[in-house]
Parts: sequence; C-alpha cells; structure tokens
Amino acid sequence: MSAPHYLVHNTTDTVGVVVVEGLEAGQEAIGWLMETDETIRHTTKDAIPIGHKIALGDIADGDTIIKYGHDIGRAVAAIGEGGHVHVHNMKTKRW
Amino acid sequence: MADTSFWGYRRENGRVGVRNHVVILPLDDLSNAACEAVANNIKGTLAIPHAYGRLQFGEDLDLHFRTLIGTGSNPNVAAVIVIGIEPAWTKVVTDGIAKTGKPVEGFAIEQHGDINTISRASYKAKDFLHAASEIRREECPISDLWVSVKCGESDTTSGLASNPTVGNVIDKIDPLGATTCFGETSEITGAEEVCATRGATPEASKKFLATWQAYMDDVIEPHKTSDLSDSQPTKGNIEGGLTTIEEKAFGNVEKIGKNTKFIDVLEPAEEPSKGPGLYFMDTSSAAAECVTLQAAAGFAVHLFPTGQGNVIGNPIEPVIKLSANPRTVRTMHEHIDVDVSGILRREMTLDQAGDALLDMTIRTANGRLTAAETLGHREFVLTKLYRSA
Repeated sequence: MSAPHYLVHNTTDTVGVVVVEGLEAGQEAIGWLMETDETIRHTTKDAIPIGHKIALGDIADGDTIIKYGHDIGRAVAAIGEGGHVHVHNMKTKRW
Repeated sequence: MADTSFWGYRRENGRVGVRNHVVILPLDDLSNAACEAVANNIKGTLAIPHAYGRLQFGEDLDLHFRTLIGTGSNPNVAAVIVIGIEPAWTKVVTDGIAKTGKPVEGFAIEQHGDINTISRASYKAKDFLHAASEIRREECPISDLWVSVKCGESDTTSGLASNPTVGNVIDKIDPLGATTCFGETSEITGAEEVCATRGATPEASKKFLATWQAYMDDVIEPHKTSDLSDSQPTKGNIEGGLTTIEEKAFGNVEKIGKNTKFIDVLEPAEEPSKGPGLYFMDTSSAAAECVTLQAAAGFAVHLFPTGQGNVIGNPIEPVIKLSANPRTVRTMHEHIDVDVSGILRREMTLDQAGDALLDMTIRTANGRLTAAETLGHREFVLTKLYRSA
C-alpha cells in the first residue's frame, strides 16, 4: 500500500491533514481514513503544506469545521473541495 | 509488550528515581551566583538558578515554596544544598525537603557573604556527592515509575500520531499501577467537556471543570485579546497547520489514551496523594513552566511529543522527545529520541509506536541520556501567580 498524502481522523470529519511535503494544486491525492482504515481520494485545489488541512467537500462561509469528529471552529470564507483550510479561511469560536 | 521493569535509585522515603543528582538549589535570585560557584567547585553537582523568591506573598509564595521543596524532594535528586539570602525562608525549604529523609543542608548568605558561604557549602556538597556516587541502582517494577506528559510546538501530526503514541503508553502502563500526570489547563479549551468525561469519578470530573472554569474566569477573561495574542495557537502551531484552540485541544487530549481515566486534579506542583493512576494538574501550557511543576510534584520521567520541534529539557526530570513530523525528524533529528513518523506513512501502527516509546522510557529510566540531556537543556521556570510585593 502506497504512503498516503493526507490522513482523516473520523468518518464525520470535513477536513483531512496533509502528511507529505510538496503537495501541489491539481494533484490526485490519496488519503487514509483512520477510523475505518479506508483509502480515499481527492484532487487538490491548492498547494497545501505538510500539516495543513484539505477540505474533503465544499465548505460554505460560516460552516462548522469538523475534525476528530468534533467542532474545531468555523469557515470565514467559502472553501471548495480539495482546498487549503487554514487561518485565512477558518477561525475559532472561542476567542 | 516489552519488559517494563527498570533499574532505579530507591530513596529513603520509598520513591524511586532514575537520576542521581546532587542539587545546589537557590532559594531566591540573589543566591544564584553562590549556587553556581558551588557547582563549579564540586564537579558533578547541579545548580538550578531561577529568577524569583523575593517579596512574594500569599498563594504565590506558597507555590514558590512548594515548587522548590518539590524539586529537592524529587526522587531523581539524591541530596540537596539550599542557599538563600536569609535564614528563615531558607529553613522553610530545607525543612520541607528533609521530610523525605534525604541529605539536605541550608546556608544563608547574610552575615557571611558569598565567599564564606560558597566555601562552607562546597565542603558539604563534596560530602553529599561522595555519598550519592555510592548509591546503587536496583530493579523496580514500573509501578514505581512516575511519568508525566506534555506536548509542545504541536502541529497536526501531534494529534494524528505522536500524542496518540503517548496515549498508547499511558493505556499500557496504567493497568500496571503507574502514576502519570497531564496538565495544560488553557490547552484543553475547546475539548473541556470531552476531557471532563474522562474523570474516574463524578468528583474528579467536577473538580476538573471547576479548575478549568477558574482559569478562564481569573486569567483568560481579564487579559484576553481577540486571538489570545497569537499564543493559543502559537505561531509555530499555525505554521504546522493548526488553526484554532479547539483543534489544538482535541489533539492535546489524545495524550491520555483511549481508556485511562484521571483519578484526581492537582494544584500546580502538588504531589499526588491518591495512589497510582492518572492525574490532571492545573498548569500553564508553556513547556518549561509545565514540566517544572510536574517535576516538583515528584514525576521522574517525562514524555514530550512535538510537531514542529520544541527543544525543552528539565534539570532533574529527563524529557523524552518524540515526533511524527517527517520534516522535523529530518531537520532537527538531534532533538528527537523516538521517531514515530512511520505512522503517517502507514508503515507503523499506533501500538508499535507505543511499544517503541515505552521501550525508550525504560531505557531512559535505566540511565540512557535523553537528547535534551546531551544538549544541555535544563529549562527551570517557576510559575508566578502575580507580581511580587
């Protein structure tokens, strides 16, 4: 089994985490859904640095972002499937 | 699972240490110079300079004393010389450490001056060091090993792999009767309700939520900015892909494993008193402040997962670093004791990573120096609750 480009914690998550360096826009990326040990696939919309998040579907401005099966904040801009999710388009609900 | 017995130093009070330090401990900032001079005279002793100890009062002074007494009482310490500017507070610390039964002697600088004090303290330190050098390690069960955990410069790989690896070790050693500790009150924010469900009793859960709420009310609310001044998450966290405190918190709590429940909540630097099990301690999430408090509570080995590459060590408690970030283990390999980046490539299971970390924990307890020890990292940072008088 080839090494994955991104990992997803839980089935309900709306974002995954890129675990390789140099992932570029328009790349066919292979993901590992850890909860069910499934292999999944997405096409990147942006270049995404290692450790940063990839949108697993279209996310609307204001949508709650789910990771670890839990609410980790909200989108502050629309993010397309395969897009780079980071501090420029999501924020905490806490402070 | 690997053999979990280890070779440690059994102290007068029954606790077991994994290092055998003779510590030269300043009561206050003014006594750092004399302590460092003694440590320079007597090779193999360890001065632990710090910034505080004058004009503190109330709860802040109590914490200062508790941290210094706890540091001297830690089983990784064989004997202690305490030096303070004046005798009364020096005696508070020496009397506190003496309760362990280990050799301790205090010296006050007033009426003597630095040079005379350094001379007298050096002769005593030499005696202590000779005695300590003849103490032999003995084989001990892992139930004698107190293990603390805290992560630093976390990124998304921490939540995916290195923190769950620590959690895997906690889940493996908890049933064997180990005593373990996690902290970082601010960094549980976002996951506090989930964390509260991990209390072993309703009382433990309630005490945890009360501690978290008090921190929010007393520290965060009066001082917060819209983004907590980029402190939670830190710039390093954000570079590593973390975006919000909630995301960081859910990654953080991966460190306590899947099954283990915390049995009590500790004040900063408070020694556990309810027997073996997992404890939550009310601490800052700043690495050195947190580990200093955990060491002062008596923990002997620390497990420290990092994403972007925190380099922290502690003077008396060995800090074992692990990372799953392939870039960090490549660019900062001299700081990393255990590489668990194989998890991200599906080459290594979490269970295998946990076994590798547990093996390194035992080897470190047996005497292997950590990366941080070889590099001279001895960050000792006292927690200050408010300004001195």
